[in-house]
Amino acid sequence: MTELRDFYDVAVVGAGPAGLAAANVCARAGLATVLFDEQPAPGGQIYRSVSTTPVKRDTILGADYWAGAAQAQKFLASGAQYVPGATVWNLTREREIGVSIAGSARLLTVERVILTTGALERPFPIAGWTLPGVMTAGAGQILLKSSGLIPDGRTVIAGCGPLLWLIAWQYLNAGARIDAILEAAKGDGGAAWRHAATFATSPYFIKGLRLMLAVRRRVRVVANVVELRAEGRDRVEAVAYRTMRGTEQRLPVDNLFLHQGVVPNVNLAMAAGIEHRWDDAQLCFAPMLDADGGTAISGIAIAGDGAGIAGAEAAQARGMLAGLAAVRALRPDAPVLAETEAVRGRLARFTRGRAFLDAYYKPAPQFRRPARDTLVCRCEEVTAGQIIDTVALGCTGPNQMKAFLRCGMGPCQGRECGLTVTELIAQARGVGPQEVGYYRLRPPVKPITLGELASLPKNETALRSVARG
Amino acid sequence: MFRRLPDVDGATVEVTIDGRSVSVRAGDTVAAALIAAGVLASRVSDVSGAKRAPYCMMGVCFECLVTVDGVGNRQGCLVPVAPGMRIEMQHGRREVER
Amino acid sequence: MSAPDVIVIGGGLHGSSAALHLARRGARVTVIEKDHVGRHASGVNAGGVRRLGRHLAEVPLAVAAMELWHRIGDLVDDDCGFESHGQVKIAENETEFAGLRARVDELTRLGFTHEELIERDALKQILPAISDHCVGAIVCRADGAANPYRTTLAFKRKAESLGVRFIEGAAVTALARNGGAWRVATGAGEHQAGVVVNCAGAWADRIVAGLGEPVPLEPIAPMLMITASLPPFIEPVVGAAGRPLSFKQFRNGTVLIGGGHRGRLDRDANRTELDFAGLAASARTVWDLFPIMRGAQIVRCWAGIEAHMPDDIPVIGPSSTSDGVFHAFGFSAHGFALGPIVGAIIAELVTGGKTNLPIAPFRIDRFAGRAKI
Repeated sequence: MTELRDFYDVAVVGAGPAGLAAANVCARAGLATVLFDEQPAPGGQIYRSVSTTPVKRDTILGADYWAGAAQAQKFLASGAQYVPGATVWNLTREREIGVSIAGSARLLTVERVILTTGALERPFPIAGWTLPGVMTAGAGQILLKSSGLIPDGRTVIAGCGPLLWLIAWQYLNAGARIDAILEAAKGDGGAAWRHAATFATSPYFIKGLRLMLAVRRRVRVVANVVELRAEGRDRVEAVAYRTMRGTEQRLPVDNLFLHQGVVPNVNLAMAAGIEHRWDDAQLCFAPMLDADGGTAISGIAIAGDGAGIAGAEAAQARGMLAGLAAVRALRPDAPVLAETEAVRGRLARFTRGRAFLDAYYKPAPQFRRPARDTLVCRCEEVTAGQIIDTVALGCTGPNQMKAFLRCGMGPCQGRECGLTVTELIAQARGVGPQEVGYYRLRPPVKPITLGELASLPKNETALRSVARG
Repeated sequence: MFRRLPDVDGATVEVTIDGRSVSVRAGDTVAAALIAAGVLASRVSDVSGAKRAPYCMMGVCFECLVTVDGVGNRQGCLVPVAPGMRIEMQHGRREVER
Repeated sequence: MSAPDVIVIGGGLHGSSAALHLARRGARVTVIEKDHVGRHASGVNAGGVRRLGRHLAEVPLAVAAMELWHRIGDLVDDDCGFESHGQVKIAENETEFAGLRARVDELTRLGFTHEELIERDALKQILPAISDHCVGAIVCRADGAANPYRTTLAFKRKAESLGVRFIEGAAVTALARNGGAWRVATGAGEHQAGVVVNCAGAWADRIVAGLGEPVPLEPIAPMLMITASLPPFIEPVVGAAGRPLSFKQFRNGTVLIGGGHRGRLDRDANRTELDFAGLAASARTVWDLFPIMRGAQIVRCWAGIEAHMPDDIPVIGPSSTSDGVFHAFGFSAHGFALGPIVGAIIAELVTGGKTNLPIAPFRIDRFAGRAKI
């Protein structure tokens, strides 16, 4: 049974690069710091299993991945309390955290909270995407990093975005067979070139280009795919596509990996009441933050990709800035605060060129607002057509839609359908996604058992809150 | 279909999958272990009966729901395997009592 | 467009029901709703439709409402998801059971026979999953539950089909006499009518304040939880005599747990916050009463914004100070079932000056002389 203290200065949620950096700087400045993470080892997703991976040859995963090892080490030596296997299911405005560890739930109030829950894959709703054997590119990466597993049999990777090329490169390094990469048509490629000059000076440019060229040399790449369909009965058996030029083909597959970018993981932040806004460049909802990741709720900050997609180095810098802000509030004389300007400079460097990437890899509309009979809500099996039809019945947003459909009411709490639903309703109504809004997310942001809830400690508040109903 | 990189070592543990005794790699999550063991579908949807399998492997999609040691609706991708663990596929609605 | 006869403030179930019943009597009605119809208590409550366990003053209204519920499709062209598998209130010990017996006796004396006392064996028959420590219960076999948001929308749609105009997204900022009529000001324009009906729920005290009719209304945030779907194991809706509980399983297998533990709220920001210590108490109640539920997963919790009156019963009836103003609010977390009948009562009062149902206990001036909370 993990012993938690009665009190912490700072709680960090999520052990990716942002969380590791934030917790590290807070602990080293002498603040009582705790880091909660769902996984059994630090690293988040980008550095998944970096301290425990069974993958021995470091050329498979690449130098960027191994950079995470040093970050994890630094954090583990920092003096912060590290609580792996912890699922945070609630956060209130008063900074009370609800967390489950090993099947036991507890409530804990802290002075400051830094949410670093990162990103998740943008939903990629195509016909057949729920078939066994269809996974996200991220899932493939996790199987590789955490378990040393690579796809066997006929394998196709489809979609767009820098991570698509990264996983393909890692798979090729590991000796996996990739039959084709189906590169989805871009949403707004033309506009990207406006930002090309800044991108050319960003650290990502050469790296990304090298990676992509290495992959293109060894794998068949089909460009400008405008239609994509996974086919099969009990599992994926083929992927069918059509290109902009009209070429159609049906490729038999055993494994299909989908990826069209990542988006902030908003569930805990939204449930805590942090305001989010639609970001038209990144086509997702992002929190409203100040330069240090502070939100409108006193004592709660967000750092990392959860603040807006910008990659691992930017996440680390943002994590440090959020940590430094906590230190500034609680230990205004701490020497580490002198590093603030340098960190701001690093952040600026690592966010340069982001506009280009966002524009160049903008996912095409048909892959964000799919055809009528495509499943949108995987959990409750609701199609795009059903969602659009509720607008005609007077439904103006995802929350009102719940009166008609169970869309969004399943266990994933909208993580796999929320953005699709918002965009479909926005298009049907002829308004912007900001006006339509997002699911009204409530805790627990991950399910907890009745037993866990029943075992929360009794206190005066519980007794006082009883009412006749 | 997945295969293990040749130079991956690691201890194995014995678990049961739907009553069948299987040797899995210690350090794998339940979801990864099922995939490595060639189990294609981890659950059956309680809406339509369609077969489902892990999609995201990071605790987001809830497709990997399995029953572990009698407790249902566990996210297999977040549960590390342990010796003697009983893993069962989830067929439709989880039974409350086991 | 000609001015309406009646302006209803508040587009919840009570406002929509009042509008519908008024329209059926030929009135021209406009409903003004500050958010959207069904946004608050009406749309997010547990959906219980019961006569069981009611405050005695509410019993005649609940009995009349139940008749409407069993034919709700005739009223609103929608079955509202209404299902009748009974409601049960459980006694966990002999003291509670004695209390239930006394209640049934009192109701019988008053001429009501809808509540039936049952003992342990009969209880186990209708609730096989109930814990063995429960000694008995009262049951209303024709009670049930419906879908709250769907019901509210059905009333709205039917009312619209009879010519009622709904204005959403407009908050009432002022209510004042203007000659022989009432002027209702909103952020988006003014409206006038001879009659105003105050169905503004947790905000009804503000409407009333300018009329010299203060009421001690307390905004509350009753909390609810819902589980992942489970195989069917229970049909009736269940409550407990000795502690707050409202427990029901939907057709899709999910189980709704409510009962009155309160969260925190900010009614100006439309915001509620859950109090997990309170939810833990609900969880412990379920743990004790339904051991089968111990491994169930809670997938979502929420709390609506409702109005509570100190004596736990609503305000229904004409204003005590202002001709042409009528009230229906303060349902204290058990108003859903009464929606269909209270609208009819309001329509009777507005068009005919009286109603056959006994509404004296709900007079607004019963609070006169009390300090506002």
